[in-house]
Formats: sequence, C-alpha cells, structure tokens
Amino acid sequence: MTAIPPSMAARRQVTHDAEVRRMTSPRGRIDVIIGAAIAGSSVATLLVTRAIPTVNVGGFAVLAYLLFLLFYAGVVLVLEQDGRTVSDRLASVAAHSVAVLALLALLFVVGFTFWRGREALGHLNFFSSDMQLAGPLDPLSVGGILHAAVGTVIELTIALLITVPLGLTCAAYLNESRGRLARFVRTVVEAMTALPAILGGLFILALFILTFGLVKSGLAAGLAISVMMLPIIIRAADVVIRLVPGSLREASLALGAPRWRTVWHVVLPSARSGLTTAVLLGSARGLGETTPVLITAGFGSGVNFNVTSGPMVSLPLITYVFSRSPEPTMIARGFGAGAALLAMVLVLFALTRGIGGRPAGELSAHAQAKRVRDSQRDLARFAERNRSRRMVGSSHGA
Amino acid sequence: VESAAGGVDRVFGLSLASAGVTVLLIMGTVGLFLFVRGSSALADAGLRFLTRQGWDPDAHNFGIATVISGTLMIAAVAVALAVPLATGVALYISEYAPPTLRRLLINMVDLMAAVPGVVYGLWGFYLLNPLIIPVARWISSTFGWLPLLGVADSHPGDPLETPTIYESSTFVAGIVVALVIMPTICSVMRESFSQAPAGEREGAYALGATRLGMIRSVVLPFGRGGMIGGTMLGLGRAMGETIAVVMIITPVFRIQPEILRSGTNSVAALIALRFEAASPFELSALMAAGLTLFALTLMVNFGASAIIVRSRSGQLSEA
Repeated sequence: MTAIPPSMAARRQVTHDAEVRRMTSPRGRIDVIIGAAIAGSSVATLLVTRAIPTVNVGGFAVLAYLLFLLFYAGVVLVLEQDGRTVSDRLASVAAHSVAVLALLALLFVVGFTFWRGREALGHLNFFSSDMQLAGPLDPLSVGGILHAAVGTVIELTIALLITVPLGLTCAAYLNESRGRLARFVRTVVEAMTALPAILGGLFILALFILTFGLVKSGLAAGLAISVMMLPIIIRAADVVIRLVPGSLREASLALGAPRWRTVWHVVLPSARSGLTTAVLLGSARGLGETTPVLITAGFGSGVNFNVTSGPMVSLPLITYVFSRSPEPTMIARGFGAGAALLAMVLVLFALTRGIGGRPAGELSAHAQAKRVRDSQRDLARFAERNRSRRMVGSSHGA
Repeated sequence: VESAAGGVDRVFGLSLASAGVTVLLIMGTVGLFLFVRGSSALADAGLRFLTRQGWDPDAHNFGIATVISGTLMIAAVAVALAVPLATGVALYISEYAPPTLRRLLINMVDLMAAVPGVVYGLWGFYLLNPLIIPVARWISSTFGWLPLLGVADSHPGDPLETPTIYESSTFVAGIVVALVIMPTICSVMRESFSQAPAGEREGAYALGATRLGMIRSVVLPFGRGGMIGGTMLGLGRAMGETIAVVMIITPVFRIQPEILRSGTNSVAALIALRFEAASPFELSALMAAGLTLFALTLMVNFGASAIIVRSRSGQLSEA
C-alpha cells in the first residue's frame, strides 16, 4: 500500500475567516471552459491568418488546443489562486480530450471505410456475383464479392466446429482441475492469445501443405483460423466460467450429482451468456484475420463450395488484394469488401452485447419469465401430487 | 450406483484433461514445425542469420537484421503513441466518466479491438499516408537534430522536392499499429485501475487530495502492474501485426534508422510478401524468420501475463 504524501495532509492553508467549502469535482465551471475555448480558437485564427500562414488545418487544431489549455489554466489560476487546482482541472480536461480523440479515431476508421465503400455497396450485383466475369477494368456494375462472402462463412464455420467444442472443453478443464498441468495449460493459452496470426498460417502451411502434401484450400484456411481463435475462445470462456458462483457447484454436488452432471447441467448453463460472448468475440476476431487465409487459402475469383480443393478467398483477403490494385474500380471494390466485412463484425459485436455481457446467474427478462413459468408449473405439479397422495392416504385410512 | 458414477466421472475428468493436452500439443507443434521447417535455412546461415541485412536466400545471402530491427522500431513507435492514449482513455473511463457513458465507452474500446486489421490498413494507406506528409516534414525539419527523427538528404524548404520521401515510413506504420494495440492496452489498464480499493481512494480525498492527487497517489501505484503488463501485451501484439503494416510500408532490405523516411520492414510483413513466390529454400528461411518472431512474441507475452497475474494476486491479498 502506498503511503499518501504528508504534504497533501498539510496543504491548503485557509486564510479566510470563514472556511469556504472546497469544490472537489475536477469538472470546472463550464463557462470558463467555453470562454477559454473561444479565446484559444480566436487567437489561433489570428496567428494562422496573420503571423504563420503556412500552417494547415491540423496545425491550426493543435495550436488552438494548446492555446485553449493555456487560457483555461490562466483563468483557473486567477479564480482559484491554487496551483494544485489548476493541475487537477488541466488533467481532467486532458483525460476528456484523450477519450474524445480515441472515439474520433474509431469513428474515422469506420466512417472512412463505409464512405469510400459506398460506390461499390450501391450496386446490387456486388453482393450477388463473383469476380469470374469481371476484369480489373470492368465497371462496378459487373462482378462482386459473393465468392469471398461464401468463403468467409465456410472458413469461419470450419473454425467454429473445431474451436467451440475443443475450446469450451479446455476452459471447463481449466476450472475443474486445479492441478499443475491445468495451470501450465492456462499459462500457455494466455501467452498464445497474442500469437501473431501469420504464424498460425505459416504453421498450417508447414504441417498440412508441405508435410502432408495437401493443397491450399478452404479447409487449410479454416484450420489456420482455428489455431488463432482457439486461445482467444479458451481465455474468454475460462474467465467466464471462473465467475460461476462456487455455491451453485457445491449445491449440485451436495445433492449427489456426479461431476459431469454438475458441469453439464449447472456450471455451463449458468455461464451460458458469457460463453456465447466468448464465442462471438472469437468469431469477430477470426472473421477479420487476413494473414492466415492469405497464406493457406490461395486466390481465386469464383464461388467455391469445395473445402478440400481449389482456392477459397475470404472478405479480408479480397479487401487486401483489391486495395493493392492500381485500378480505381478495384480499389472501390476493395473498400466495398472492407465495408461489408466491417458490417459483419459490427453485427457480431452488437449480438455480443445484446446476448451476453451478463455475469453468471443473472438472467435476461425473457429467461427470467421462463424461470418463473417453470417454477409455477413445478408448484402446480407438487400441489397436484400432494393432493393425490392425500387422497390415496385418506383412502388407506378409510 | 456410486461406483458407476465414479467411473463416469473418471472418464469425464480424463476427457477434459485430454482436451487440455490437445490444446497444449497444438500450441507446442506450432513452434516445433516452424523449427523443423526452418532448420535447413538456419543450418545454412548459422549465426549470420541474425546479423545480415539483405534477403536473398537463393544466393545464400540472407539474414533478419533488417526485419527484426524494423519490427522493433515499428512496435516502439506504436507503443510510444498507444500507451499515453490508452492510459488517458483508461483513466477517463475508470475515474472521470459518468456511469452512463462508462458502459458505452467500454463497448467502444472493445469494438476498436474487434475492427479487422485490414480495415485499419485501408485507413492508414488511403487516408493517413497523404495526411502525414506535412506533419513528418515539420517534425524532421524542427527536431531533425535528434537521433532517429532526421531525414538525411531531404530539403524541407524546397518546393520541388518529392513529398513521397515522408510516406510509407516506420512512423506511419507505427501510428496505425498504435490504433490496433490501443484497445488491448486500454482494457488491461482499465481493469487494474478500477481495482484500486475504495478505502484508499476515500482516504486520499479525506486528506485533501484533488482528483488528480488521488489518481497519482492511489490509482496509478495500484495499477502499476496492469500498466506494465498491458504495455507488454500491446508490444507483443504490435510485433505480430501483419496486414496493416504490409499495406502501408514500402519494404526495404537495409536497416533504416530514420523513422520518418519512406521504407521499412518487419518480420511478419516479410513473410506475407515473400511466401508466395518463394523457392523451397526461401520458404525454409521464412519459417526460420517466423520462428524468431514466435520466440520474441512468446517471451514478451509470458512476461506480460506473469506481471499481470502477479499484480492481480497482490491486490487481492491486500484488499
């Protein structure tokens, strides 16, 4: 525990007769902030138009912001007569602006992709045809990304078929077994969550294509995505299962249920919402990975449903390849594919927040209503059984 | 009945353990196969694999000095930009934001982590790359006397000079990678900041601390482990980021210490750009380069998770 500096306790000499209540909120007066902002941008405008005209918009923004901080600090110093209050207010303003900056960056990235993708997304054939009949010079009314969308769905399905059973079982293992092996597995999985995705692709290339002699295909790409998704899903599921209250597990064991029934009927169902989140989050990451597919799937232009042979491209891969073309229409297609990919990720993410995000044992309104109905039915059933027993009992008695 | 249940449970426990061992095996084989496939190139080059700058495996003249230094420099720029940003956002979320906004901001940061690297690459190449030219020119002409920041044979005052000398540099790649790793760092930091105990926070306020004083004397010391661990986790991800870097950089094969000058390289970018046209021997060399990246990221990640775990357990015992 860190000791609090003694200077802090002895600070703030009160010189007034009556002590004024200290304003502890770091949020300063809004009129001061607005005034400083107006003053800062005005002086920056003056400087940019009169003194240093070579500065562009970005330079103006930075200059205006710095001047705003300066004016704000000055006014607060005059009003409060306290250096510590000034640094407190400045820190608050800095934290607010950094958060705004990060949000702006996200909005710019998402908005820019959709804005540049709007041309391609406006054509219906962009979603309903592949690139077999479309060359680089063809207009946007020919060709589309159907093959990549199909490939993405198939590869993600393969990856989910492997990672969901294996990942959830492994997460259950990490929580059920407290041995040294489980701890080691957890450490390795944690370190592997940040495994560069390209190494997953390189591994599948080395194992399946160079060693086993298989061809580049959708299956190989699905496997490469699995290698990358597996640690992410295990880690997220592990965290969720760990949050299941121990009392639930103990109650089940105390009622005489074997361990497998406890895990299957108590632990996993109470963590269901979190496990769904884990899987969806892993899918969102797997969906967006380019490099494993780049290395293992090959590149083709037609729809391919065969997972074991023939190239099978995915949306991120096609975004990457198209955007490197010198042709403006191909670049527009690249942005369109990127926007479609981003839309899929956004939908998955919204699902994550809609379904999951609830701690173990806490239910949605729908599930809550179902529980109430179930227990009312149980109550009726018990009442019915008691009544019939009583009748049997009374008939015996008679 | 009891022995039957015990038997089923034993089978159940074994099948759980076998899933764990399978995962361990998969993860172990990644390193093993990179080593097996890369061994012929490693045997050929020997120690010079680490010191040579060029990349011409078929002439048996190749090494990873350029790509490793490029990887480290891009990662360093990314971490240097992402850490202040992540710290600010994490502090804002855990200390300043009103509760209604907090939920939204956490979601936004998580969404940033889910945005695909290729989308960041599009943004970096088509939007940021042209915009960065005046900034890079200003930095190099103002701070050019500092090491790494100068661009040797550029003439900032010359209007005829081609501005592409400032494009596709380590700096631009670093900015984009910073956006990629910021959410990772931020969520680790936010978690550790929010675990700072309420008693100490109130103690600081009671002693007359301002919000900033409380943050500096309570939140930051308690969150130090999370800050270091999160930064290392971000470093690991920055070294492995591939597609965004590939889309932005102009690959070169000599060590480029000027971060604002066009042209840089990284291990992941090298693999992504070369594997397709590679001869079997070059493929082996690429596997060896991949093995180096694997070892490097694994070391950083192990360190990161050890620090994060230790900081968490320390807090639990103290709280």
